[in-house]
Amino acid sequence: MMKKILIVDDEPNIVMTLEYAFKKQDFEVFIARDGSEALQILQNNTPDVVLLDIMMPNVDGYQTLEYIKKQNGLKHTKVVFLTAKNKASDIEKGLKLGADKYLSKPFSVKKIVSEILELLD
Amino acid sequence: MAFESVLKLLFFLIIGVYVTFYLFDGTTDIYNQMSQLADFKSLTTFNNVGDGFNWAFMIMLSFVAIFLLPRQFQVAVLENNREKYLKKAIWLFPLYLLLFNIFVIFIAWAGRLTFSDSVNAEYFTLLLPLHHENTFLALLVFLGGFSAVISMVVVSTLALSTMVSNNLIIPYGFLDAFSKNQTERNEKYIKNIRRLSIFSIIILAYFFYIAFSKALSLYAIGLISFVVIAQLAPSFFIGLFWNRGSSRAAIIGIIIGFCVSLYTLVLPFVMKTITGTNDFVEFGLFHLEALKPNALFGIDFLSAPAHAFFWSITINTLLYLVFSLTQKGHYRERNYAEMFVDSRNYSSLQDSALVWKGEAYVADIKKVLIRFLGETRANRALSIFFTKYNLPQDTQMADARLINFSEKLLTGSIGSSSAKILIASVVKEEQISLVEVLKILEESKETIASNRLLQEKSQELEQLTSKLKDVNLALISKDKQKDEFLDTVAHELKTPITGIRAATELILEDDDMPQNIKIQFLSNILQDSDRLSRLIHNILDFEKLETGRDELDLKPHDIQQTIVKAIASIQHIANKKAIRITNKNPHKFSVNYDEDRILQVLTNLLSNAIKFCPPDTGQITVDYRLGNSAIEVLVIDNGRGVSAVDLNFIFDKFYQTSEQNTIKPQGSGLGLAISQQIIKKHHGKIWVKNNQKSGATFGFKLPFNYLEHA
Repeated sequence: MMKKILIVDDEPNIVMTLEYAFKKQDFEVFIARDGSEALQILQNNTPDVVLLDIMMPNVDGYQTLEYIKKQNGLKHTKVVFLTAKNKASDIEKGLKLGADKYLSKPFSVKKIVSEILELLD
Repeated sequence: MAFESVLKLLFFLIIGVYVTFYLFDGTTDIYNQMSQLADFKSLTTFNNVGDGFNWAFMIMLSFVAIFLLPRQFQVAVLENNREKYLKKAIWLFPLYLLLFNIFVIFIAWAGRLTFSDSVNAEYFTLLLPLHHENTFLALLVFLGGFSAVISMVVVSTLALSTMVSNNLIIPYGFLDAFSKNQTERNEKYIKNIRRLSIFSIIILAYFFYIAFSKALSLYAIGLISFVVIAQLAPSFFIGLFWNRGSSRAAIIGIIIGFCVSLYTLVLPFVMKTITGTNDFVEFGLFHLEALKPNALFGIDFLSAPAHAFFWSITINTLLYLVFSLTQKGHYRERNYAEMFVDSRNYSSLQDSALVWKGEAYVADIKKVLIRFLGETRANRALSIFFTKYNLPQDTQMADARLINFSEKLLTGSIGSSSAKILIASVVKEEQISLVEVLKILEESKETIASNRLLQEKSQELEQLTSKLKDVNLALISKDKQKDEFLDTVAHELKTPITGIRAATELILEDDDMPQNIKIQFLSNILQDSDRLSRLIHNILDFEKLETGRDELDLKPHDIQQTIVKAIASIQHIANKKAIRITNKNPHKFSVNYDEDRILQVLTNLLSNAIKFCPPDTGQITVDYRLGNSAIEVLVIDNGRGVSAVDLNFIFDKFYQTSEQNTIKPQGSGLGLAISQQIIKKHHGKIWVKNNQKSGATFGFKLPFNYLEHA
């Protein structure tokens, strides 16, 4: 079965590269440009993993994560933060909220893909 | 002395009673006879204001003399050992003077009636009994006067010789020799110096008498000495109540006052004695009207002594006050001033509060004491001192109390200035700053003056502290802002770099990438690079404006022209979205501003408007209007307007509205912040409001005359 990934980021250029990379790994890729779009998608879909930016307009990454944690149907969905906020205090906060991984921007696409694959194994 | 005074009073009362009730029929009789005389009225009333002044000055002069004449000072201050004496003297002395004066008037009138103007009035008390052939009474009066003279001469000479020996000869001549000598020899020396002074003073007085006194009455001589000694009055009396008086100012005042009194009072009769003419008094020095010694600067209605008193004391006082105020006193002087001016401090301060920061060995001080007091007296004094203050008898280091104590001890035999110099020679003293002096004074006993000074200082400090606190808070907040700014900058820079890095990595490593995707990635890289460089440019620009390093190039420009340029530069972007830009006000108007910077603001406002305007139906109007003191430029669009939340923050750096669709616009987040900085630098104001129908209006004001607001 195809693995499903939801990429939530407001920077289209970044989204484009991730989309290309995960499609190559035979993922089914969903894209949301901010938290509120992500929540809409999550109502009808249950991705295996959500790749989540933090600083986004309207509903930000933290709020999106909280929503996911509350949904019973998304129990098995892994959440990975991918953000430019990489101070120690930010990372601690993200992991405390229940993120499975915390990855920093700028990133190596190869590394992101392997981290996600590892997480899903 | 006391006996002599009582005797003098007694004799005077006897002669008074004799004249009034024996020679005449009581006071009424003398008055009645006297009032028959033609010049009675002129003798007993002030004839004019000048006489009034004369009288007032004479009273003041006598008042001063009572305290300051050497013999008076000797008795009133130096020989006054206890406060009790002072209390007694306060009523006894005036009573004594009053008793004396009861008969003065009647004796004077009686003498006048008997001899009219023919004899010197000073001799009435002698001449009246002689005239009536009462030789016994005349003898009595003569003896009374004689004893008074003797005592006056004795006391005056003693006082003067002590001053001369203690304050002039010993400290400035023989002190070194004394320090090396043995006790007994010192005592002998000191006694001899005193004797010599007494002798020379009497001889000098005699020569003065020979040279000048014959021409002058006792009264006139007395007044001259009163005026001369009165020169001490300003510093003496003011210094009692004023802690700012300085010794140098006192000396300057005294010297100049002395010179004035010499010129106005002593010089005239000296010149008269020498030249035999009265030219000096009548024509003045160099025949200058203003310099006439008895009518300086045209004040010609006073008697010679009153005139001299007035001028010398006025000048003396002024100099004393002015120099005291303009020059800083020595710390020790201030210290003493504090002590003496506030008498409440005196008792607690006299032993301990001579604020003193130095070191001295008891042994050294003892050596000095022995030299002048002898071994036994010195030992006894020290032992009394140690017992009094509960100090061990073998104390090694001297404290301020011992220093003061020893100075006082020595003062008795060699005078205070010598004592000070001597003690200072064995004491290693450090200078104490005034602040320290005041601090210690405050600690030992709160003095009002020092407290006030300290309070002022502490208030200053408090103000300074709170200022520092404010500055610190401002710095902290600045620091925090800087941190946040850097955080945001880092985030903003990372975003395009992330895009570039990811896309480049994919192109580099994925050989099977389709051509169209490769082209898409490459153009993304280009876009991100542009964004990056724009961002860097704006950050630097903003920093430059915010830190004030950028100087404006202010020149008069036509605002209409600038608006046209701004629209032209942005027209192609507007065209892409088919947005119409209208330049509403066609009139020219010249204002002082930096055109490049204002163009930057206008372009920014216009591109913002274009960004938020709907395509095809977008309408942007640029307008300007004139106010009282400023020109106001408006950029009006028909876009979505600005949300209530955004209105407050829209000019903050990196603030980007949360309603920018979902695609980030091309902005750096610094455009409006930079615009605000530019307008602020022009001392203007930038603002935004929503239009009633739709869209927003951004406006800024530029003052006509920038300099007025600078």
